[in-house]
Amino acid sequence: MSSDQDHLKETDTEARFEFKKEEKSAFKSEKGLTEETIRVISEDKDEPEWMLQRRLRALKQFQQMPMPTDWPGQPDLSEVDIDEIVPYIRPDIETRGGAEKWEDLPDEIRDTFDKLGIPEAERNALSGVGAQYESEIVYQNMQEQWEEKGVIFMDMDKAVREHPDIVQEYFMTKCVPPSDNKFAALHGAIWSGGSFVYVPEDVTVEMPIQAYFRMNSEGMGQFEHTLIIAEENSEVHYIEGCSAPKYSHFNLHSGGVEVFVKEGAHVQYSTVQNWSKNTYNLNTKRAIVEKDGTMEWVSGSMGSKATMLYPASILKGPGATDNHITIAFAGEGQNIDTGAKVYHNAPNTKSTIESKSISKDGGRTNYRGLVHIANGAENSSTSVECDALMFDNESTSDTMPYMEIQESKVDVAHEATVGKIGDEDVFYLQSRGLDDDDAKQMIVAGFIEPITEELPIEYAVELNRLIELEMEGSLG
Amino acid sequence: MATLEIKNLHAEVAEEGGETILRGVDLEVKSGEIHALMGPNGSGKSTMAKIIAGHPAYEVTDGEVLLHLEEGDFGDDFEIPEDKRTWNLLDLEPNERAALGIFLGFQYPAEIEGVTMVNFLRTALNAKLEEREELFEDDDETDDEEEEEVGYDTSPMEGNPDDGEVGVAEFQQLLQEKMAQLDMDEKFAHRYLNAGFSGGEKKQNEVLQAAILEPSIAVLDEIDSGLDIDRLQDVSQGINALRDEQGTGILQITHYQRILDYVEPDHVHVMLDGKVAKSGDASLAEDLEDKGYDWVREEVYETA
Repeated sequence: MSSDQDHLKETDTEARFEFKKEEKSAFKSEKGLTEETIRVISEDKDEPEWMLQRRLRALKQFQQMPMPTDWPGQPDLSEVDIDEIVPYIRPDIETRGGAEKWEDLPDEIRDTFDKLGIPEAERNALSGVGAQYESEIVYQNMQEQWEEKGVIFMDMDKAVREHPDIVQEYFMTKCVPPSDNKFAALHGAIWSGGSFVYVPEDVTVEMPIQAYFRMNSEGMGQFEHTLIIAEENSEVHYIEGCSAPKYSHFNLHSGGVEVFVKEGAHVQYSTVQNWSKNTYNLNTKRAIVEKDGTMEWVSGSMGSKATMLYPASILKGPGATDNHITIAFAGEGQNIDTGAKVYHNAPNTKSTIESKSISKDGGRTNYRGLVHIANGAENSSTSVECDALMFDNESTSDTMPYMEIQESKVDVAHEATVGKIGDEDVFYLQSRGLDDDDAKQMIVAGFIEPITEELPIEYAVELNRLIELEMEGSLG
Repeated sequence: MATLEIKNLHAEVAEEGGETILRGVDLEVKSGEIHALMGPNGSGKSTMAKIIAGHPAYEVTDGEVLLHLEEGDFGDDFEIPEDKRTWNLLDLEPNERAALGIFLGFQYPAEIEGVTMVNFLRTALNAKLEEREELFEDDDETDDEEEEEVGYDTSPMEGNPDDGEVGVAEFQQLLQEKMAQLDMDEKFAHRYLNAGFSGGEKKQNEVLQAAILEPSIAVLDEIDSGLDIDRLQDVSQGINALRDEQGTGILQITHYQRILDYVEPDHVHVMLDGKVAKSGDASLAEDLEDKGYDWVREEVYETA
């Protein structure tokens, strides 16, 4: 890394998140969404016929489904015009499916990741990094010992070609079908890139698997798909980071995440997302958890104009466990609508949801949650805790915790607190020497600590830094 | 030696039609001295403490709170220019007052979840040192050349060598020392600031913070309330150490003689109805313990 980049890192954190590169791509699909576009994407990716057929079916469903408009307190999506979106951009790289070596990447792509500190994390040997630039995985490195154990971690497009049997079975069939919602259907039609993780029986992946996604072109959509399959008694922690610089047009991010937690397996999915203030972030993330399996969702949602995201777990087998930890930050003009969904469909299942939100300068955060305990899911328990922290009287925070309890022998707890940043707390820290801003930042950092402690240090530092920048109002 | 000089201080609650609480307080505390401030509930003791530290809930309507500094108050290396030796604290933000050496020990300190003691205290110490530099920075001249020459010969573990911060390792050691002196368990360093602390632990923590931040004047608001006898002795020992080792001037607000058995005051003041009604030596506190406050009131109003 050159010394002026070092300088940039230390002195101008904002630049790390704000810079953008001149768009330089080998293939760019036409704006808008037609059957022709889908065929072109599929052909460019050299996909098998079955994937093309799935895309086309999803497209039909998308066209038939109405936009969600009537949820109470729902973000306004009227600006989202699919015809204005360029769904697919492939960067100019000779080797499709990702460069094998960091050095093989084009300079501007390397530079982008450099500024984001990604290779740094990689060099620290945290583990392999799969990074998606625009719509394709461009760099991927996997530790040899995983391969020996049969762990697969690759770009999703490549997985379609190299592991068609697994992908055909799991891809948008049992977990997130395109019929689930309008944006799942959209995703099914034009998905591109993402990560494929397969962990065989009894294998523990000791270090977190990491991927970083970045949207770099104006008016583009990003639709990456993440498919994680953890076979019986396996264990894996997958971490995803996302960001996008700011452009005048809106961007659309509509990702899909499917996680299969088999009997006795343990999966943690962590994400820190920071989208530009004109991005609509509309995702569908879901896990199916078998007997005695554990699913953990850890997510920090920053940035975006509007986010609608409710990671869901279906506790299918007895003794299955789900833990959700989420944090949302909404500043001026932002509406972050996040939450969690848990379906207790078997006895002795357990779930905890811990949701924290911060709103400032008129920002709006919603917690929208659903806990469903089916008839027969006896001895199940759930605990929901929502804390909202507000900076001023202009900001809003709503809690909408739906509970559908159809079984009587269950333990249900819900707790919600809403508070303004306490003047006495700020004064206490100020009296010790911290200025007003630093005092507030410290209180917020403490507030989100349950999230940061779940993340590897690089991500925790980045999350804290992003929140600092948000609080200073210096992030676009 | 620093002097805190309160002159004719009048203050009210900062809202429309806010109650008047202070009605002309005069008081002077020098570093190295221990003053006890006593008086019945509602006489304005805590309000005065908060005003000294800069609490926004009160509005000063008249009077001054001055801090006089002398050469060497911030160590031999820190030069205090002649024209920056007197500050009107009322013009300054709470953190700027802290940077000049004012410390308020709270009766009910805030509990901040998620912020470890060690992280908080190191941040506070560095913030204080940085703010102090800024306050004394020469506004007219540019010291660019001089700044370039300044270099810190520290290892990376001791923080960023460019800004003279107290680094992680260095601070850990300092904190351990101070906690040992106060007989505090090491585990406190990694607990969240005051969260789940008992009343006594919180008070001990306030004294610990004063020991780390090395103020020239510490106002301790009922630091003795809710302490059992063992803890009272620990806290008292800590307060005496502040004075003896760091030369801190202490303004000890208290209801009871009890703590004054351990922290012997040089001066005792009685506050009544928003004024310092009577001052004396340590024997005054004993009289108050025996006779209550009514005789002071009678004496004051008779002479008035």
